Amino acid sequence: MELLYAITLGVLTTCGVYLLLRARTFTVILGLTLLSHAVNLYLFASGRLVAGAPAIVGLTGRSADPLPQALVLTAIVIGFAMTAFVVVLALKAAVELRNDHVDGENPDEDRA
Amino acid sequence: MNHALILPILLPLITGAGQLLFYQAPFALQRLLGFASTFWLVLLGIWCLQIAGSGEHVLYHAGDWPAPFGIVLVLDRLSAIMLALTAVLGFCCLLYASSGSDKRGAHFHALFQFQLAGLNGAFLTGDLFNLFVFFEILLIASYALLLHGGGRARSRAGLHYVIINLAGSALFLIALGTLYGLTGTLNMADLALRVADAPPGDAPLLAAASLVLLVVFGIKAAILPLLFWLPRAYSAASAPVAALFAIMTKVGIYAILRVFLLVFALGETPVSETAWGWLWPLALLTLALGGVGVLGSNSLRTLTAYLVILSVGTLLATISFATEASLGAALFYLIHSTGMTAVFFLLADLLGQQREEGYDRFSATGPIGHRWLLGSLFFIAAIAMVGLPPFSGFVSKAWILQASAQEPQGFWLWGVLLAAALLTLIALSRTGSSWFWRPGEMASPYPLERGPLTLVSFMVGLNGLLAVFGEPVMGYLELTAEQLLNPQAYITAVLPEATAAGQEISP
Repeated sequence: MELLYAITLGVLTTCGVYLLLRARTFTVILGLTLLSHAVNLYLFASGRLVAGAPAIVGLTGRSADPLPQALVLTAIVIGFAMTAFVVVLALKAAVELRNDHVDGENPDEDRA
Repeated sequence: MNHALILPILLPLITGAGQLLFYQAPFALQRLLGFASTFWLVLLGIWCLQIAGSGEHVLYHAGDWPAPFGIVLVLDRLSAIMLALTAVLGFCCLLYASSGSDKRGAHFHALFQFQLAGLNGAFLTGDLFNLFVFFEILLIASYALLLHGGGRARSRAGLHYVIINLAGSALFLIALGTLYGLTGTLNMADLALRVADAPPGDAPLLAAASLVLLVVFGIKAAILPLLFWLPRAYSAASAPVAALFAIMTKVGIYAILRVFLLVFALGETPVSETAWGWLWPLALLTLALGGVGVLGSNSLRTLTAYLVILSVGTLLATISFATEASLGAALFYLIHSTGMTAVFFLLADLLGQQREEGYDRFSATGPIGHRWLLGSLFFIAAIAMVGLPPFSGFVSKAWILQASAQEPQGFWLWGVLLAAALLTLIALSRTGSSWFWRPGEMASPYPLERGPLTLVSFMVGLNGLLAVFGEPVMGYLELTAEQLLNPQAYITAVLPEATAAGQEISP
């Protein structure tokens, strides 16, 4: 399970960073979303991966660490709000600046 | 347990929520609520300075959970200074905004209160994850405040600002996950003990986590490779918002102090040494870039944004010596530079409104109204900013130079700091002469509002007062530096049992 988990994290982060470095706001937002997924999974794994164990201490012999789950929950809520905000901001910028380049102007179009 | 310690967070949070719920109430009422809340924050800040002055760490256990398990708020001298500074700055910015710019967009007052709540929370918390949450609160409020008033320049600058900070938040969580995975705790005091006791095999990962945290705080504080969002964002924001943002870079510096002088500072070979090694050259380069940027700016607001960068470079270079004298000097400079950069953002707006053309751009050379009055104000403010006597900039710079003279590498700081000050002096005198001296008198000047003018003069006066009362302030700051360099006292205050047990075992 650890190997699969690590590969998933790696692929998500790679795709996130690649998309984050693109020049269009939509792909950048997609990149940020993928990156935040990767980060949430990473936080979750920081409490060690256990299968079939409840997150309540003392219920059974084995239990999962409940704290990272709480942290991930907080991070998901914040990440969700931020994504919603940045989508609206990108739309606003695209309408006002008449293009969706992250710098607000497209160097290629200006040259032509 | 003193419940008043959570008020600096709760008061603006509740006020902001109230203003949001009753946004249809008369605008004057919203303003009044904002003033009342910020005024109380100033009083609370003074109270915090007083109770922290005894040298004890004042604790607040949220929900009365004991320290490593529950969230704990810790008030020491540094937190108290930052709280008081934020409150005074917030009060001045709110007063300035009420001269009309708060009506140019929705919910200005509510967002302002949320921003203050986030700032105060970040200064008080004793838990790293909690620090992340308060960072997010202050950031999301700052995103909206930056866009306040609308316009193309703000949308463009806002997009950069939001995206780089979202990437920073992701990095922050990665660092927190690594630290939690290695140590099993996120309470700063507990973390300091566990990091010091960590097996040598964990050292590379701990160093990596500490450097990722340095990158995150570097984005907030605007250290050299991570500062290119700042000039555009700060020069696009409306004047009172930009003035409030003068404290935002200082949050990053506060976090650097907290984390690298407490969490990673213990043990035989402290993890923080790697970070200090990086910080010194980067801070010097930031300082140099700030000086060049000040000379090369095309408007007074951009110039002020580079002054912010210059102050960050000075602060971090001084802090990276990590001695008692240098930390005290850096804190004095922090108070001075926060106030003066805020003054210059407000001044740019005040002067820009009186100019015939070009607002605050240097390319326009039209006449300016009320040039004797505004010119004198600009002259005095520029003297205070550059660091000439009799203002506090002089005191702080003299102290910084004195403290760094004892260090082997100190001459580098002398050279770069003095050269940057010279560049600032040239840039500001050029601005002054081309705005006030060269053009003739304006035929029919625009009416000058008394309120904002008095406020800016008052803020410059506060800077002078800081120099007059330099001795007691310096005494307080020296004690603060002493407290910062003694992390053991912080840990004993937060975790009395753990430290007692540790002491029993060790001999």
